[in-house]
Amino acid sequence: MGLKGNAAIVGYTEWPHVRRYTDEKRFTIEQWAELTKLALDDAELSIDRVNGIVCSEIREADMFTPATIVEYLGRPVNFAERVDLGGANPVGMIWRAAAAIELGIADVVVCATPGRPIPSNPNRGPVDPRRYFQSSSHKWGSPQAEFEIPFGNLAQNCGYAMIAQRYAAEFGYQPEALAKLVVHQRESAALNPLAAFYQKPVTVDDVLSSRMIADPLRMLEIVMPVAGGGAVVVANKEIADQCPHSPAWITGFGEHLTMKTPTFAQDLCRSPVGPASEKAFEMAGISRKDIDACEIYDCYTITVLLTIEDAGFCNKGEGMQFIQEHDLGFDGGFPVNTHGGQLGMGQAGAAGGMTQVIEGARQIMGRADNRQIRSCQNVYVSGTGGIMSEQAALILQGN
Amino acid sequence: MEFEKPLPLQSPAAIPFWKGLQKEIVLLQQCDDCSHWVFYPRNHCPRNLGNSLTWREVSGEGFLYSYTVARQPTAPHFADEVPQLLAIVELKEGVRMTSTIVGVNPNDLTVGMPLVPYFDHVTDDVTLLRFTARTSKSP
Repeated sequence: MGLKGNAAIVGYTEWPHVRRYTDEKRFTIEQWAELTKLALDDAELSIDRVNGIVCSEIREADMFTPATIVEYLGRPVNFAERVDLGGANPVGMIWRAAAAIELGIADVVVCATPGRPIPSNPNRGPVDPRRYFQSSSHKWGSPQAEFEIPFGNLAQNCGYAMIAQRYAAEFGYQPEALAKLVVHQRESAALNPLAAFYQKPVTVDDVLSSRMIADPLRMLEIVMPVAGGGAVVVANKEIADQCPHSPAWITGFGEHLTMKTPTFAQDLCRSPVGPASEKAFEMAGISRKDIDACEIYDCYTITVLLTIEDAGFCNKGEGMQFIQEHDLGFDGGFPVNTHGGQLGMGQAGAAGGMTQVIEGARQIMGRADNRQIRSCQNVYVSGTGGIMSEQAALILQGN
Repeated sequence: MEFEKPLPLQSPAAIPFWKGLQKEIVLLQQCDDCSHWVFYPRNHCPRNLGNSLTWREVSGEGFLYSYTVARQPTAPHFADEVPQLLAIVELKEGVRMTSTIVGVNPNDLTVGMPLVPYFDHVTDDVTLLRFTARTSKSP
């Protein structure tokens, strides 16, 4: 059951992640086209080989999203999917592409996540104050509108902070351990020219003295919004074998959703990435100790901690100790987010989680330059949406 | 720019809950078939999808399951509440709900602390169920 490993990432592109985007602004569908072209060029494939796309939301349409993109690309497809898993979108997109390819309904599938600003609308009316509620639904009948928003339970920060606070009460809390995680990732980002924090490492003290945003989370433990974007080309075995780069085979995945709001989690400290990862490892037929690198969705430090534990890399409640005892750098004993993660790259909307997918493929293809893991055959990638409410895991493997 | 605080859009299934709060009582639904307590109010039991749910008055007492102290407003509408003491409260019946803690110093918040309801009559039509520390006059 599951994937047989006959689909692979054969190419990708990634725009530099920048705090202030100063180039010409383009619409999401235009960014989609640019990313598609760049990723196909990387794989040395032409657009007429593409017969599938997987997307997430675009700014120009609330519905009929895939058709809007396909029309702009001018390329009819057999498979078009829109994924709605927040930060877990990229991982969700990649396995859906692989599944479509293994089912034989598509041969080459493009998954893109544009994350640059679009042109400003000259006819924009007054701003609806509800837009400050972020991604929450304030629609009639929405449980959030009725039971969350009136209390101000809005920003992602607070949900993650409440997870961290609960974790602290159940298992204890070592702020230095999470600070060490940030330091490792920023060291990797310092080596990555695409990262917003390129050449900007931090110290444990920097993290621990950064501003408290929502107890116990401090500013340097929280992703910074940036402009960026990325795209990945997934292809079938026949095509993958002819592409210039060594393919990153998609051999396992899992996905698990439990709730929308953490208040309704059965257990706030045991995240859905647990069952998702279990399924991914089982499908790939490899174990945790076979993994050469973990590219873990890192909107916050606490997300990485829980993922390390729940994905089974250490026991529950021992993650802080695990981080203290391991070198998480690309040349360390347990490489995590070798590109700097989103804490080091910055988070360009949906492209945030795509950085983890791309880095996984990059390491397997041996294209990570000054941060290349010596022998990288097996990579674990995770995606997290909402407030650890919808998560997905992916196993990528080399030849 | 004016930021009016968002009020709950009261859904048909939850009207008894909101009416109860106006009278300073807490009403929860319980499933007739499996005895499961349910929150938020709805028409289907999330254990068995049956629709035999009965409203029962409960004490509203519980404990602090988790919390955070938001040092910057979660939206501009809440700027006057900073630091916001956002909480997940678990009632004795086992249901959890989102709320805010009032009348407690942020430094005195601890996971597991006992809480009692504080009925905040924010308008003539809306009472929000907030919570405060149970005072030391023990049971």
